[in-house]
Amino acid sequence: MAETVEVTVQRYNPETDSAPRLQTYEVPYKDDWVVLDAILYIKDHLDATLSYRWSCRMGICGSCGMNVDGHPKLTCSAHLREYRRGFTVEPLSNFPVIRDLVVDIDDFMAKLKSVKPWIVRELEQPLGDGEYLQSNNQIDHYRQFSQCINCMLCYAACPVYGMEPEFLGPAAIALARRYNLDSRDEGTVERVNVLAASEGIWECSFIGECSVACPKGVDPAKAIQQTKFDTVNGAIMSTVLMPFGNRR
Amino acid sequence: MEFPLYDVLIVGGGGAGLRAAIAAAETDPGLKILIVSKVYPMRSHTVSAEGGAAAALRPEDSWENHAFDTVKGSDYISDQFVVETFVREAPIELIQLEHWGCPWSRDPDGKISARPFGGMTTWRTCFAADKTGFHMLHTLFQTSLKYDRIERLDETFVTSLLVEDGRCVGIAAINQRSGVMSAVRAKTVILTTGGNGRIYAFSTNGNICTGDGMALAYRAGVPLKDMEMVQFHPTGLPSTGILITEAVRGEGGYLTNNKGERFLKDYVPSKMELGPRDIISRAEVTEFEKGNGFEGEYGNYMHLDVRHLGEETIDRKLPFMRELGLDYVGIDIVHDPIPVRPVEHYMMGGIDCDITGATSLPGLFTAGECANVGLNGANRLGSNSLSECLVFGAAAGRAAAHQAQEAKAPTSNPVDALLKDETRRVEKKYLESRQGTEKLAEIRVEMQRSMDEHVGVFRTAEGLKEEEKLIAGFRQRFARLKIEDRSHVFNTELTAALELDYMLELAEVMTASAINRKESRGAHARRDFPKRNDEHYLANQIATHVPGGKPKLEFRPVRITHWQPQARTY
Repeated sequence: MAETVEVTVQRYNPETDSAPRLQTYEVPYKDDWVVLDAILYIKDHLDATLSYRWSCRMGICGSCGMNVDGHPKLTCSAHLREYRRGFTVEPLSNFPVIRDLVVDIDDFMAKLKSVKPWIVRELEQPLGDGEYLQSNNQIDHYRQFSQCINCMLCYAACPVYGMEPEFLGPAAIALARRYNLDSRDEGTVERVNVLAASEGIWECSFIGECSVACPKGVDPAKAIQQTKFDTVNGAIMSTVLMPFGNRR
Repeated sequence: MEFPLYDVLIVGGGGAGLRAAIAAAETDPGLKILIVSKVYPMRSHTVSAEGGAAAALRPEDSWENHAFDTVKGSDYISDQFVVETFVREAPIELIQLEHWGCPWSRDPDGKISARPFGGMTTWRTCFAADKTGFHMLHTLFQTSLKYDRIERLDETFVTSLLVEDGRCVGIAAINQRSGVMSAVRAKTVILTTGGNGRIYAFSTNGNICTGDGMALAYRAGVPLKDMEMVQFHPTGLPSTGILITEAVRGEGGYLTNNKGERFLKDYVPSKMELGPRDIISRAEVTEFEKGNGFEGEYGNYMHLDVRHLGEETIDRKLPFMRELGLDYVGIDIVHDPIPVRPVEHYMMGGIDCDITGATSLPGLFTAGECANVGLNGANRLGSNSLSECLVFGAAAGRAAAHQAQEAKAPTSNPVDALLKDETRRVEKKYLESRQGTEKLAEIRVEMQRSMDEHVGVFRTAEGLKEEEKLIAGFRQRFARLKIEDRSHVFNTELTAALELDYMLELAEVMTASAINRKESRGAHARRDFPKRNDEHYLANQIATHVPGGKPKLEFRPVRITHWQPQARTY
């Protein structure tokens, strides 16, 4: 028989299970497979009742985040060859589980909206006058924070979010920062109020688990530290700190 | 669950759907708008678009040039009035998206930059590095959060359109979290559900691209148009079908065969790597047949080579491609050529609609890949589809909003009855039947593989007729489906079955349409009819659902305004 690998999956169906349980499957091993391929194999060949989310299988839609051996991963870019001896797949930590590997992320969706993740301006330039000019250097100020795919790995990794569910959390703060640092935006003051009122921001001790977990190179820990600094120093300081940002 | 009456209900939360929602909200801030998506909007497949969005923004460009390139690219079966409208609107839409925060890559003067793209005669593909779709989708989604009148039902799967007295009055849908089926009434409905690439085994499309909206409209009696026109992108990764953007060639990448030759010199000598997708995909397959491809575990492939561009350009313009190479092939594109082969990518065909997105069913509109407004004809040019989502998403949103302002509220009693029927249909067919023996995944995989084989880059009457028989067999087997998952909560086997039902319906239409177009035009290449035949087929093919029978097919002449058909050489 061809090589195989043991995959242990956390199962939970609220209609029939009183608590989550583990189930182990034997799946073919292929060197060029990712963890998601193993899960797809289970669904197609071994157990059609397994529920999980996935779509693009190229690390950009953000659907397939799960805990693999206890660490939050995008399963479409976690290579099977790194888990040759078998592994355990569980739903992302810190979220309510809906079923099997599917978690409830509505809390994030509400928090995202609360930080006003859109361009805020007093006056809109008419479309006929063309684009707002922006240099590639100015884009570099916010570029990394604009790479967030909302995959929720940072929330699963965040010890503060685990204890303090009111905490806005890494991705929402990083996205607030993305707009604060955008030369086209004038919303920093409005957002500072939301951020300052957020429970938990002061408990983030710059452990940086969020930045380690991020599969897209975003550094939410940096966004949180910068936000603390802004909040203390007020919006006036932000114009000094961000010479290209938030000019009126 | 009881829902209020919505003015505009949008099915699908990708580029076109979000743009439609915002347009409706801006047309009339008093309207109640609902986006129903089977995923969270930011998971929609717009997210995977890479290379860019086309618009004649630069002073050296003109809308006439963009229009002509598009018409020629379509092999002359685009609607030229639609194309003209599109190219005039596209620049405004890209500026609008810029105002909403899209991080377009810039020229040194701070203006939106552009790159060359296949079939475009000048630099007009605007881009946000090589994650243009991702940035557009998140910009649109985050901007949509600004409007309190735009509500959402996320992870809600639409099973049918509700039609009363010849008018679309809402949808029936399953809330995936609870399993409960509800009717949502609306004065107007816009279908923006994207493509159907998952009908094929080897596709760039995400798992969610199952043609739901096309099948919903078709079953409600709305015709589909040009369903034989399927785009195969020349550069997919051989194992997974993950898209390697055309921007790689736009930025100067070479396509080479196993002799190290840039083989496109024999096919599109004046454009080389910047030829249109249909011709380059055929060139690759032709080279494979001559023995000029590399041999690999997943069949033949070519090399896409960017080594001469240098690390700095690659990191600035194509960072995601470097990431994909490292993650999914184990190569660094700075030092290694990328293995690629043709891969199913885009559906030119779709729901027949007019320039405002209105369909033949009053109250029903459509936009984006699931629609066929007449822009792309027989072959879409790369980077026209993101702009299409914006231009025609906005148009449909405005038109639906205006109609909703005039329309009467649908009565609730017939809607309740329609919901009862639909709930009964889904439960009886999928959840209650215990007689089934057929496995969902087996039927799906067999459909996908046979579609790859018979309705691919090159087609023959023999292969297409074989596929027609196979699909009939798949549909019979589908009727004997066994659903193992009986749970109401997040039952993805049930939704996958509903999706397969949609895909089988569409596969039948695609195959029948391909048999019926006895010529080669754009992406539809018949080995038995290798020439374009303007005398008979300078026309769009309209497929109408016949309950219990084969699709009814007829040809409708195209609208020509300025550009008479010419030989399509590059």
